[in-house]
Amino acid sequence: MVALVAVGCGAAPEDQVVVSAAASLHLAFREIEAAFEAANPGTDVVLNVAGSSSLRDQILEGAPVDVYASADMFNMNAVADAGLVDGSPQVFATNRMIIAVPTGNPGGVLGIADLAREDLLIGLCAEGVPCGDLARRVLAAAGVNAEIDTNESDVRALVTKIEAAELDAGLVYSSDVEAAGGSLSGIAIDDEDNVVTDYPIGALVGSPNPDGGAAFLQFVLSSSGRSILLDFGFGTP
Amino acid sequence: MSGLEAHLRVRRDDGFVLDMSLSLDHGETVALLGPNGAGKSTAVSALAGLVPLDEGEIVLGGRTLDSQDVFVRPDLRRIGVVFQDYLLFPHLTAAENVAFGVRDRKRRREAAITWLARVGLADLADHMPGSLSGGQAQRVALARALASAPELLLLDEPLAALDVRTRLAMRRVLSEHLRAFPGPRLLITHDPTEAFTLADRILVLEAGSLTQVGTADDIRLRPRTRYVAELAGSNLFVGVADEGSVDVGGHVLQIADRFIAGPVTVTVRPSAVTVHLVRPAGSPRNVWETVVDLLEPIGDRVRLLTGAPLPLTVEITAESAVALGLGPGVPVWVAVKATEVEVEEG
Amino acid sequence: MRRRIPASIPALFVVFGGLALAVFALPLVGLLSRTPWRDLAGLLTSDVARDAVRLSVSTSVAATAVATVLGVPLAFVLARASFVGRSIVRGLVTLPLVLPPVVGGAALLFALGRRGVVGEPLADATGIVLPFSWWGVVAANVFIAMPFLVISVEGAVRNLDGRYEGAAATLGAGRWEVLRRVTLPMIRPSLVAGLALTWARAFGEFGATVTFAGSLQGRTQTLPLAVFVALESDREVAVALSLLMVVVSLVVLVSLRSWWWRFR
Repeated sequence: MVALVAVGCGAAPEDQVVVSAAASLHLAFREIEAAFEAANPGTDVVLNVAGSSSLRDQILEGAPVDVYASADMFNMNAVADAGLVDGSPQVFATNRMIIAVPTGNPGGVLGIADLAREDLLIGLCAEGVPCGDLARRVLAAAGVNAEIDTNESDVRALVTKIEAAELDAGLVYSSDVEAAGGSLSGIAIDDEDNVVTDYPIGALVGSPNPDGGAAFLQFVLSSSGRSILLDFGFGTP
Repeated sequence: MSGLEAHLRVRRDDGFVLDMSLSLDHGETVALLGPNGAGKSTAVSALAGLVPLDEGEIVLGGRTLDSQDVFVRPDLRRIGVVFQDYLLFPHLTAAENVAFGVRDRKRRREAAITWLARVGLADLADHMPGSLSGGQAQRVALARALASAPELLLLDEPLAALDVRTRLAMRRVLSEHLRAFPGPRLLITHDPTEAFTLADRILVLEAGSLTQVGTADDIRLRPRTRYVAELAGSNLFVGVADEGSVDVGGHVLQIADRFIAGPVTVTVRPSAVTVHLVRPAGSPRNVWETVVDLLEPIGDRVRLLTGAPLPLTVEITAESAVALGLGPGVPVWVAVKATEVEVEEG
Repeated sequence: MRRRIPASIPALFVVFGGLALAVFALPLVGLLSRTPWRDLAGLLTSDVARDAVRLSVSTSVAATAVATVLGVPLAFVLARASFVGRSIVRGLVTLPLVLPPVVGGAALLFALGRRGVVGEPLADATGIVLPFSWWGVVAANVFIAMPFLVISVEGAVRNLDGRYEGAAATLGAGRWEVLRRVTLPMIRPSLVAGLALTWARAFGEFGATVTFAGSLQGRTQTLPLAVFVALESDREVAVALSLLMVVVSLVVLVSLRSWWWRFR
């Protein structure tokens, strides 16, 4: 939200594109931002990263945003229902859940059933956060009654704690494990239990820089955008 | 009988050194008299145990309180102190203050009320210190010290913070309670009148050491240092008044007030006395023949000490002294107007 | 009896004072305007609310107690003892005030977490794991809130006239008795102010708690954490809980002020 305040002063609106992106897209979108700015000199992309629902609220309260990239359809639909999306949102990336453990797997986690173990410290995203809702659907599908020790308010906080080995395991996006490089290991979940989530993106109506927003959106959907997303562990539709 | 035997040697952080001895008997009031900065407060702190001695010792009632090998903490010394600023605990009532040092928990309040009654303040028992006047606070502080049943009573400039009128009244109260206290009492003061009227013996303290020890008369009549001489320069006598005259130990002084009667304190300012070579005529009604005992120049004036029948300290200009040819042994006449003789009851 | 503003206060001050008051009052007004009055009772008695209240009250009170037991002695030492490095110690004490609470929580994790400098040997030796537990919340709150207590008490002890304690000693009171009957009563207003601030800070603590102790309903999810989570999914619960926090805080702070503030 700070970034949005800063937008008011400084570069002229035509040169600035304000993008609100879900937390799990942070690293990937930073790359995309750099690539887009390199391809469009003189344009400044301002990245506003937070939980999808916080971003949704900001937009509904009238924040001056050009592009919204959400981690789930639910939040994007809320914005679309308010008539704030230009055209229809488009799915640009997919993600699936994975069990993240610290390097070396100190808790000895082998599969999703181990999340029911009381002796392990297990973390999930909070309900209401896309990552949290997805995790619970996966656990329900697998029939596991997880012994949860914390519900983190966004996936980045959860990842940090697993990396630090303060948690033995957690359910996060596979993109998060890719992004963490060597500090996280991933344990796959059976496809039949797993949930694939769609990431929608849309340019917003009445935004400060509609042309810039549209250009950015196209870039994300282009082959350059896709290859960056794939590098960061996302799937593409 | 055992009392207080102390040799105090304390070196303060600022380099000041206190080095003095004193001994007090039961039933005696001794004044430690000295100017500000003489080390009086340091002496109080050392005796009370708030400051340790560098050398020397303190023995009270046969118990060693401070020496090379022993240091008894202040709370175990049984020395009652009445502080200059009273230091009444602001969060406790007068009665609770007085009860503070009473050992027997069950009878605490009872003892407090008794002591407050003895100093005439029983009806202020539940008042807070902030609402008490100077004189009242001083009496509560005295009651508080006495209620803790100490073996030695130390009063640190007890009347210094009071206005003149209250001071007079309090001096009487103090005198009464001092006499009633069975143990030795040490009064610290810079006011010579206080020392002269309340103490049996006076120790003069200047710059950390004792310069003179003696009775009030010794101090006044045979001063050994300039400070003592200046102290003495107040011509203070105690006598009995009756119909316009006061008998001060044999000699009778005429005073202006015809109605005052009974025990009084009489003062004559040194500058109010005139000196003559022959018997002066005129209005002064106190005139007598005497001899110059001592003569001391002080700046552009001269201080004389005259002898029998009533030794006086007199101040005249240096020129007059020279003009009259004054010196030790010279016979003179002194005159004091009745109106210049200041009289106080008590 | 009509209250009047004394003439010695310039009119401009009254105007600006009024604006300042608005800064405090407006968010509260906003909160009240969004309060779901009809559902309020139900929302406040839901198990999310009850768990959060129970945890907030128990952890803030426990943290205040720990802060008092540890902080008062530290305040005395800082105020009265002189030793090399005293200013560094004083700087350390104010550190939690300056650090963003989340940074504080992260630091606590590095020190007291399962892989922490102290936490790892502690866990290996005793099996005690602070993060994600009730004690973890208390620890985070103590770290964040104790500076308030230390600073209040240190200031008061420093300004205390030491001669009163000397007087108490001459009346026969030993060291602990002097502390109990003279020193502590004489610093009571500052001590109470310190306690109030410490409790209030612990009650409202979010960043360090969520980072160090995590968030789990019934175990570590205090009121601030519950509000934050509720904002994502259920606005009405968030508003109800926020209102509850405001009311509890006001009640405690207002009653503390008038009752214990003065010497009687």
